[in-house]
Amino acid sequence: MEEFEIPKQPGSNYLNAEYGLKSWLLTKDHKRIALLYLGAISFFFFIGSLYAMAIRLELLTPQGDLMQSSTYNKTFTQHGIIMVFFFLIPSIPATLGNFLIPMMIGAKDLAFPRINLLSWYIYMIGGVITIYALLAGGVDTGWTFYVPYSTTFSNSYVIATGLGIFINGFSSILTGLNFIVTIHTMRAPGMTWFRMPLFVWAHYATSLIMILGTPVVAITILLVALERLAHIGIFDPAAGGDPVLFQHLFWFYSHPAVYIMVLPAMGVVSELIANFSRKNIFGYKFVAFSSLAIAVLGFLVWGHHLFVASQSVYAGMIFSFLSFTVAIPSAIKVFNWTATLYKGSISYDTPMLYGLGFIGLFTIGGLTGMFLASLATDVHLSDTYFVVAHFHYIMVGGTLLAYLGGLHYWWPKISGRMYPEGWGRFSALIVFVGFNLTFSPQFLLGYMGMPRRYHTYPAELVSWQVLHVLSTAGASILGVGLMIPLVYLAWSLRYGRIAEANPWHLPGLEWQTASPPPTENFLTTPIVTHEAYEFAPPEHKEVVGKFERQQPAET
Amino acid sequence: MPEGLAATHDHPSHPALQHHFENMEQQREAGTLGMWVFLVTEIMFFGGMFLAYTLYRFEYPAAFVSASNHLDIKLGAINTAVLIVSSFTMATAVYSTQVGRQRTTIICLILTMILGATFLGIKGIEYHDKYNDHLIPGQLIPSRPFAPEVAKPGDTDPHKLHLIEGATVQNVQLFYWIYFAMTGMHALHMIIGLGIMTVILIMAWRGKFSPEYHAPVEISGLYWHFVDIIWIFLFPLLYLLGRHLEGHG
Ligand code: HEM
Ligand SMILES: [Cu+2]
Repeated sequence: MEEFEIPKQPGSNYLNAEYGLKSWLLTKDHKRIALLYLGAISFFFFIGSLYAMAIRLELLTPQGDLMQSSTYNKTFTQHGIIMVFFFLIPSIPATLGNFLIPMMIGAKDLAFPRINLLSWYIYMIGGVITIYALLAGGVDTGWTFYVPYSTTFSNSYVIATGLGIFINGFSSILTGLNFIVTIHTMRAPGMTWFRMPLFVWAHYATSLIMILGTPVVAITILLVALERLAHIGIFDPAAGGDPVLFQHLFWFYSHPAVYIMVLPAMGVVSELIANFSRKNIFGYKFVAFSSLAIAVLGFLVWGHHLFVASQSVYAGMIFSFLSFTVAIPSAIKVFNWTATLYKGSISYDTPMLYGLGFIGLFTIGGLTGMFLASLATDVHLSDTYFVVAHFHYIMVGGTLLAYLGGLHYWWPKISGRMYPEGWGRFSALIVFVGFNLTFSPQFLLGYMGMPRRYHTYPAELVSWQVLHVLSTAGASILGVGLMIPLVYLAWSLRYGRIAEANPWHLPGLEWQTASPPPTENFLTTPIVTHEAYEFAPPEHKEVVGKFERQQPAET
Repeated sequence: MPEGLAATHDHPSHPALQHHFENMEQQREAGTLGMWVFLVTEIMFFGGMFLAYTLYRFEYPAAFVSASNHLDIKLGAINTAVLIVSSFTMATAVYSTQVGRQRTTIICLILTMILGATFLGIKGIEYHDKYNDHLIPGQLIPSRPFAPEVAKPGDTDPHKLHLIEGATVQNVQLFYWIYFAMTGMHALHMIIGLGIMTVILIMAWRGKFSPEYHAPVEISGLYWHFVDIIWIFLFPLLYLLGRHLEGHG
């Protein structure tokens, strides 16, 4: 690590390089754009959470006492649309990925800084149009926009919302494109493919899905909007069209899209597990290639969303089998993380707590996916709360936790300040408890037959109400757990302890420069001579678990 | 690609070199790869429509043949030729930039743009014909809903729709919906292409390019060829397949 020059007192870093609103809105610095995204995404997450609260409140009682069914339809639709398209999909890639990928591979910026900024503006335009649609009257089709309801029968703002999502898709495509080109062409001397941090590999795989899948959903949503506009179409059975074609096209993107949401999270967790165990990751190449395997296999399983939608039994069997094969690379990751922990010198700092939480919750989410991917059980579980619990375990328990973990982990680098560790651990615990209390009852509810997307349920079924009450209570705890970091992270910007360049004493390239980094990331282009998680010199490898923490770099 | 492309420092810095690249080679490499990745995205974008086309062609072969036969094969063929020639002039423009012949570059770019505009013009004529025959699907144009006149047996009026056995007007409409979606999307790409070419032309005019720096011409050329290739697929699929089943004179 000695060969990296750590700037002593940087006269300027990316935050104080320029001042004023204009310097932010016209910035081409990937780190500033990441912060623009961070702000926007947090805003959308907040809106999405409000809808979630409304849903949980409504379900507290069996009757529809808070809202009518039509309002409820809009509430869960808008919750889903905002959370999926405007929070989860951009969350880790557009903020942490944007900030870190160039730094991790020793580049000054992404390959196309202007396109990077453009992607943020596209995201914002898509967002504003969607918010307009929500304010104008909302949309009630579910985030899946199933035809013919969305094209023919729904009386809500389908076209405007569709347009917002269509536009937003391009921001995701441009981000993916930028990452792929950057990773191919901008690596610093000595940064070979197999020296890249696994975070970068995960983002490479994610980017592949973004550029291959997103255009398909874009054209699909465009066709839905045109069909609605012109009253004729490809998906309309009355005109000889096939509504199931819509489902195929939609899930051809949207199943891979779930991996857009989870692969970057896996990348974050690989960093957390290796670095906070102070050990090289177990089976680096397996973890790296399993990301690619997930990206590829993820494109072959969309039919598991159509088991009860007139798909032939034979197609169903093939899709079921292929869905099971996706479990292999996912399991490789989980096993390798666990093996990395073995004999590691683990420190339970906040990011690591989130990382460990991810492993457990993702495992539950993934395994319940196998229940759903089995033909016979899916017939019983499809469209119930079991599905809702399944994907929330992965999207919230997995991606959101990893996102929070990553945010804490890199917070010193991003902001130049330390967050309060005690509060961090405390809120991580609250989030974990609240999350499980919210979503584990939903597995039972679904198993007992509670359908998703209903705002009432039979009052006689006391056990259902008990479970719903537990879930709502959990959601309140989760809400508190999420508010705490919001407060203390904002607090730390001003009052937090000043962060060193390398507060965790880690070998990653992003830590070999000032916190916050200068605009060009590194004062001189780094020359890479070691692997991603090398904590001990190779001759000491066998005692790596006992290898002491590196001394903090001089400042 | 060599590992750590960023390593080589031997070129003196070119005025077009952006600050975050180490050298021109890296910059060109990034730009070219970026365009290829973008084109992959485009293939998937059109792919959704190609899938729909394939599906319904198998579902409603008779209607698709009837509808396809109503398209103007002469205009379609001329347009195909126009685009192939434009690909040639584009390739020549790229080559002449690489060898530093600025005048040839400019002429070729202008020719490419003229050919592109010709294509759009002819496409416009075709669209207008369809408009006259009431073949715009659904209520895409609310004042002119889909209502073609179906020819009776023996009637050879080319403006009427000649249905072969098994075809229904409704399914013909599906064909036209796909036809307009695909060719419309393609035309939109041509229009964007003309915009890009305008920028490149201005840059060439101002002498921005040289044998050391020609990546923008090359990269725009990739885009242009891609749009041409899409048409090369659209023409046989929409105009040619099923011609031999022509049920009328
Ligand atoms: C890894 C991250 C994953 C995420 C983020 C995720 C997310 C989702 C989401 C959002 C849905 C609900 C779609 C809807 O609105 O109807 C869903 C359903 C489903 N998931 Fe997952 N999933 C993941 C992994 C898996 C795995 C590994 C499998 C099995 C191999 C799986 C199998 C299923 C099945 C079969 C359904 C459909 C259930 C039904 O509607 O009957 N999922 N998942
Ligand atoms: Cu799926």
